[in-house]
Amino acid sequence: MTRPPLRHSAAFSPDVIAEIQRAADEGLYGIRGFGTLRPLPSFDDLVLLGASISRYPLEGYRERCATDVTLGTRFAKKPIELKIPITIAGMSFGALGANAKRALGRGASAAGISTTTGDGGMSEEERAESDILVYQVLPSRYGFDPAHLRACEAIEIVVGQGAKPGGGGMLLGQKITERVAQMRTLPAGIDQRSACRHPDWIGPDDLTIKIAELREATDWEKPIFVKIGSARPRYDVQLAVKAGADVVVLDGMQGGTAATQEVFIEHAGIPTLPALRQAVEALEELGMHRKVQLVISGGIRSGADLAKALAMGADAVSIGTAALVALGCNRRVHVEDYTALGTEPGACHHCHTGRCPVGITTQDPVLESRLDVAEGARRVRNFLTVLTIEAQTLARACGKSHLHNLEPEDLAALTVEAAAMAGVPLAGTDWIPGRNGY
Amino acid sequence: MCGIVGLFFKRGAATASLGPLLAGMLSQMRERGPDSTGFALYGDEAPPGAFKATLRAPNGEYDWAALEAGIATIFPVVCPARPYGSHAVFTIGADPEPIFAWLARHHPALGIFGFGERIEVFKDVGLPEAVAQRFDLEQRSGTHGLGHTRMATESAVTTEHSHPFSTGPDLCLVHNGSLSNHNRLRLSLRREGIRFVTDNDTEVAAGYLTWRLRQGMSLTEALEAALADLDGFYTFAVGTRDGFAILRDPIACKPAVLAETDDWVAMATEYRAIATLPGAATAEIWEPRPATVYSWHRQ
Amino acid sequence: MIEVDLAQSSVRELNQRLHRIGPGDNEHHWRVVSPNGAHAIAVGLTAPVHVEIRGHVGYYCAGMNALATVVVDGHAGTGLAENIMSGSVRVRGNAAQSAAASGRGGLVIIDGDASARCGISMKGVAIVVGGSVGHMSAFMGQAGTLVVCGGAGHDLGDSIYEADIFVAGEVASLGADCIEKEMTPADVDRVAALLGCAQIVEDAGRFRHYGSARRLYNFHIDHAAEY
Repeated sequence: MTRPPLRHSAAFSPDVIAEIQRAADEGLYGIRGFGTLRPLPSFDDLVLLGASISRYPLEGYRERCATDVTLGTRFAKKPIELKIPITIAGMSFGALGANAKRALGRGASAAGISTTTGDGGMSEEERAESDILVYQVLPSRYGFDPAHLRACEAIEIVVGQGAKPGGGGMLLGQKITERVAQMRTLPAGIDQRSACRHPDWIGPDDLTIKIAELREATDWEKPIFVKIGSARPRYDVQLAVKAGADVVVLDGMQGGTAATQEVFIEHAGIPTLPALRQAVEALEELGMHRKVQLVISGGIRSGADLAKALAMGADAVSIGTAALVALGCNRRVHVEDYTALGTEPGACHHCHTGRCPVGITTQDPVLESRLDVAEGARRVRNFLTVLTIEAQTLARACGKSHLHNLEPEDLAALTVEAAAMAGVPLAGTDWIPGRNGY
Repeated sequence: MCGIVGLFFKRGAATASLGPLLAGMLSQMRERGPDSTGFALYGDEAPPGAFKATLRAPNGEYDWAALEAGIATIFPVVCPARPYGSHAVFTIGADPEPIFAWLARHHPALGIFGFGERIEVFKDVGLPEAVAQRFDLEQRSGTHGLGHTRMATESAVTTEHSHPFSTGPDLCLVHNGSLSNHNRLRLSLRREGIRFVTDNDTEVAAGYLTWRLRQGMSLTEALEAALADLDGFYTFAVGTRDGFAILRDPIACKPAVLAETDDWVAMATEYRAIATLPGAATAEIWEPRPATVYSWHRQ
Repeated sequence: MIEVDLAQSSVRELNQRLHRIGPGDNEHHWRVVSPNGAHAIAVGLTAPVHVEIRGHVGYYCAGMNALATVVVDGHAGTGLAENIMSGSVRVRGNAAQSAAASGRGGLVIIDGDASARCGISMKGVAIVVGGSVGHMSAFMGQAGTLVVCGGAGHDLGDSIYEADIFVAGEVASLGADCIEKEMTPADVDRVAALLGCAQIVEDAGRFRHYGSARRLYNFHIDHAAEY
């Protein structure tokens, strides 16, 4: 007699059952790396319309599609110029090893873009390799040094990140080596607890004064970015502008992390798609779109994502997870090490363990040596190039001589949710749910 | 998020310096509150049996004289109305409730920003200097007053959403911070008969105090009850007919400074607002403790 | 000695002049008058100059200080000497919240009272308070020393790492994972030395020592309540 097919509960799926059992075993929340694993409405649900009889495309090669962007034009004496509208997001030295930071810096510099420090301070490696370095000011202030503030090209005040809006940094003991401990002024081997609020300001009214202090300390030269995890972007973006930011960096729910509570990653914040739309509306309402630049991050994976984000009104995108994947994250090598972690290439999100099989999110010198800096930089540079030419391909097809000329009217949505979230008509209709009374 | 200021003269009749001093304090708070400005003054007392109300029209060209004539056909207008563009102060010799009901039926576009024996409330979109000039603040006198500059966090930038909020007689509240449970609280206060005009969190706090005072609590008791019932971050400054109170939440992240001389008590979000006052250089200056009600009353 | 009147010139001009002081410069003594509660006065200094400020200052006075000596003859607002790297900052009056927040080195002296969160997130600074400190002082204090001649408010040393706290007066309550520790002769000497540097007269033997119980150093179910 054949057995009938097994039926799994949707609510109590094998995943959920395993998690409840783990919680019962350990008595602590699950902690992991990477961004949201579950599917969410995203740029995949949008398409670019391309040329037709009413719109004409540009040829490649001689018919330029320019890609440059300037960040920080509002107040700074020295805004930063990027060759392409992409930045490498803040990822800490500590979460990442030194080789990863070197490779990202070198690859970014080759492509003419910036990298960003992270929740551990500035490493010499990153400063040496990265031509344009954005220095983060975080709630923890680990390793914060005014000399580094003066040595960077831009300053980014971190209010939150997409993986955990409202949460502070986390680094587990196995990654707190002597060097990391020394940089962060912590005992080696402990599990780092971090503050979720800045120690010396809270609220946009006091952020105004903090931004002014940082400008005073650097003689008003450098652009000041404010980074927010997307929870209430309509308000937060306006408040960042009112507080005096030159640039707003908005990180959607899909944004990655090297170590955060699972429950935070999956259940807090809104996806990048609606966050971006609300941020652009917020800027337009203040008459500040393009005057305060908007950088969007959280699940940017391809030139299509870049083109769609720019079409929706972003000035640039920031990549974190994608940059690491380009470096080698989840590459099919050292498969036995993935197995030892309980995973396999293509499914690994075990950054928190410090046992990264490809040597990126680890402090272990043996594992780190698996990441060749020159090769890694080459791969990052290649990926950035592909993002650019993919976006240019789509932009030229829409008749744009500059990526910034992409606009929301170049987009259509494939689902009702994406139409509502992106504020873009459902393909084949004029319908944007929530607008025009229906 | 905002700047709040308060100035309370301990003794004597209403002083002509209240207006200009309050204007100077508000001006120092402009960067942290660029969206709108508001103030409440406690000035001349309405004659016995009468009360004052600050009414607000949708625009600055409103025909207040016509309204005054209309009211006078039904209720005794005890003192001439004082118009200030979009706002006007009426003094009427009757109980407030029937008059408010009449206004709601016949002039629903008018807002009531404050009422009581002594309070006058003015608030509008704009920077402190502009709003002060619009409502003649430099020319106003009184015994005490509160002021507020607003950086709107969640609710809209409109006149109605500005502070001070006044939901009871001679009571007003200004707030620096952000409440986190005001939406549910608004619903339960509505069931208790408190009326709300906006979705603003501060209006809920003002309504909560009005409700507690209606229940017979003193202002201090009402503020202490607020510690348990309101969630979030706040520095509150409250004005009453003859008094003035301050409360910070237990976590006390939002800043506050108090200063006192023989003549006055002042409160501000930043010291530089207090620095503008005469005698500030030798005043006693301290920070109010968290979860502690500070209050002053005139005799 | 150079005197700058902030009623005549701006904080921005003052800070830029101070930032331009180089090793060859002779002007090492500065006096600032009419601060009137302005923010970010003498922020980000990098030279061993002496700056005296007459009056009350706003937020972040002497923030990120390195090498300089700053004295405020008045009260100070939020974040006095935040992230100080070295040098010294003294306030003769009281300091508002978050004094010496995330300070990494140097000496901060408050002759009067410090408010809530004194030494929050401290990373190596030495703080000496002649009066008392408010609640949540030395919150997440990672390294450095906080010496308080008066009392301390609630939740002293909440979630503290390796900073050391010495209090002569009453402590309203201790925060998560903060316990009283032994006051050894070496500790007494350490407190005496800091009081000496601060030129505050107080008997080092009166102080009690507080610091981390280190139970929160690794995530463990038994301490879930502390989180």
